[in-house]
Amino acid sequence: MPIVEVKRASKVYRRDTQELKVLAGLDLSIEEGEFLALMGPSGSGKTTLLNLLAGLDTPTAGSIVVAGEDIARLKPKQLAAWRARHVGFIFQLYNLIPVLTALQNVELPLLLTRLSRRERREHALAALRIVGLAERVEHYPRQLSGGQEQRVGIARAIVTDPTLILADEPTGDLDAQAAAEILELLQRLNQEFGKTIVMVTHDPHAAARAGRTLHLEKGVLQERAAAEGTPV
Amino acid sequence: MTLATLVGVNLRRRLRRTLLTVLGVAVAFFLFVMLRSVITTLNASAEMSSATRLVARNQIGIVFPLPISYGNRLRAVEGVTALTWANWFGGLYVDERNFFPQLAIDAESYLPLHPEVQVDAAQRQAFLADRTGALAARSLVERFGWRLGQTVTLRGTIFEGEHRFTLRGVFEPGSPGFDGVFFLHWKYLQERYRDAEYLQNVGWYILGIRNPADAPRIARAIDALYENSAAATRTETEQAFQHSFITMYGNVSLYLNLIGMAVVFAILLVAANTMAMSARERFAEIAVLKTLGFGDGTVLALVLAEAGAIAVAGLLLGLGGAGLLFNLRDLSFGGMIPGMSVAGETVALAAGIALLLALVSGAVPAWQSARLQVVQALRHVA
Repeated sequence: MPIVEVKRASKVYRRDTQELKVLAGLDLSIEEGEFLALMGPSGSGKTTLLNLLAGLDTPTAGSIVVAGEDIARLKPKQLAAWRARHVGFIFQLYNLIPVLTALQNVELPLLLTRLSRRERREHALAALRIVGLAERVEHYPRQLSGGQEQRVGIARAIVTDPTLILADEPTGDLDAQAAAEILELLQRLNQEFGKTIVMVTHDPHAAARAGRTLHLEKGVLQERAAAEGTPV
Repeated sequence: MTLATLVGVNLRRRLRRTLLTVLGVAVAFFLFVMLRSVITTLNASAEMSSATRLVARNQIGIVFPLPISYGNRLRAVEGVTALTWANWFGGLYVDERNFFPQLAIDAESYLPLHPEVQVDAAQRQAFLADRTGALAARSLVERFGWRLGQTVTLRGTIFEGEHRFTLRGVFEPGSPGFDGVFFLHWKYLQERYRDAEYLQNVGWYILGIRNPADAPRIARAIDALYENSAAATRTETEQAFQHSFITMYGNVSLYLNLIGMAVVFAILLVAANTMAMSARERFAEIAVLKTLGFGDGTVLALVLAEAGAIAVAGLLLGLGGAGLLFNLRDLSFGGMIPGMSVAGETVALAAGIALLLALVSGAVPAWQSARLQVVQALRHVA
């Protein structure tokens, strides 16, 4: 049983009288524990699909079922609660809160849970240990390198143990070495911890770390296994 | 970390701007509290006037006297149980800055009609026995460091010349209206200015009445007596008389209220601008919070909490400043407003305005933040 099932999802943006069709009747299944890479040229609809999976946007038509729940039918308030429970989001530019320490940034999503103060701190510390930043918990984002910031971003995404980890070009702003470390970490989260990961990337080397790569062209999916060679 | 921590760090993010806004709000509340305290003190003084006393004054205005000859006819009006009179003395103690009200009274009839003037029996007797004696409120004695038996010299502005009074008694004012008052004998003036035309008159008459419910009837009866005379009377309750003192300066309450409201409104705009700037700078972060699962309501509450913290900090600083000033100094504005204090209703009103300030200044940025479209906001970041 797939953890994510997208059926005939389409997304049309309307501006004045103009219509921009970004996704056209897209079907997609993601199995639990899968590491999926989404590739495609700019404007192909990768980020739009990621936003739909994250419940940040709603499809114009079709359904998106995650862990048995059709999130396209949820109201904004329900969707926010659903995101808190099921989605860990990794941004390209990390998007950490600059006035909070690494620990506090990781603790942020836990403020929406019923955990006690002590439990929140313990969970956040555990997440930071997993990403190898146990020594940097009291550092502010400006005191960390880009790679370390993204590790904090990953710790923040996994701290609630979400159903899905969604990464929007997580290595797009990093040098090659830092990017490799981040990809290794994502791979570890997938393989050791069984996390389901969907990653949008432009980088074929990054996509090669995923178990499956999908290509989006003008809102239509084309599938090709990463191991088979260079993507389209 | 808690949600309160998040509010706190956001306020500290631009510390100088936050502190300046808090300071602005504090100054506004300080001014508001001071202005309101003037109004409430003046009103309290009038409200605590006796219901069983009427005051008859010249219809033209309080500075015009009434003939001394009216006394006997006033006493005879049905329902009047006692009669006394007083004159405004208007002397200067050392210099103009030391203003305090001085009343020349017919002590034998005045003191029994005013039980609020609480004075030790022996001191009262000493005052009554000495035509050059004086009776002063405790606050006045403390203000100038006077001692019983000391000579207090006043320079007359209405009654010209130097006047030397011996302080014979210190009284506790049972009502704010008597705080800071200095009494001297009307008979002293009569003796000293035996031939002065002014002393064929009194400043105003005070009448004791049996039943407060009869006040309107008695007032009408007195005014009817002198309706067509050269010095027509205006008789009113003591409360209305006290108000007429206040309104000598125009509609003081209205002016002070208007100034207070204008100050609060100005600072409301400043606080609203600060909150709008603060929220606008953080739209991307707010989008991140919403991505993490923070709902519209939580985001709205976070922004409003920041506005609330600024308003409450400003309120506490303003109230604290006013309270400190009242404790450190005798704020009677040179004796014009004796018994000045911050009333509970002023604190409650200021707290209400602080709440309104928080809601109004935070409403627009909070609403914008709550309605923020995450996808669009994140696109701007990228």
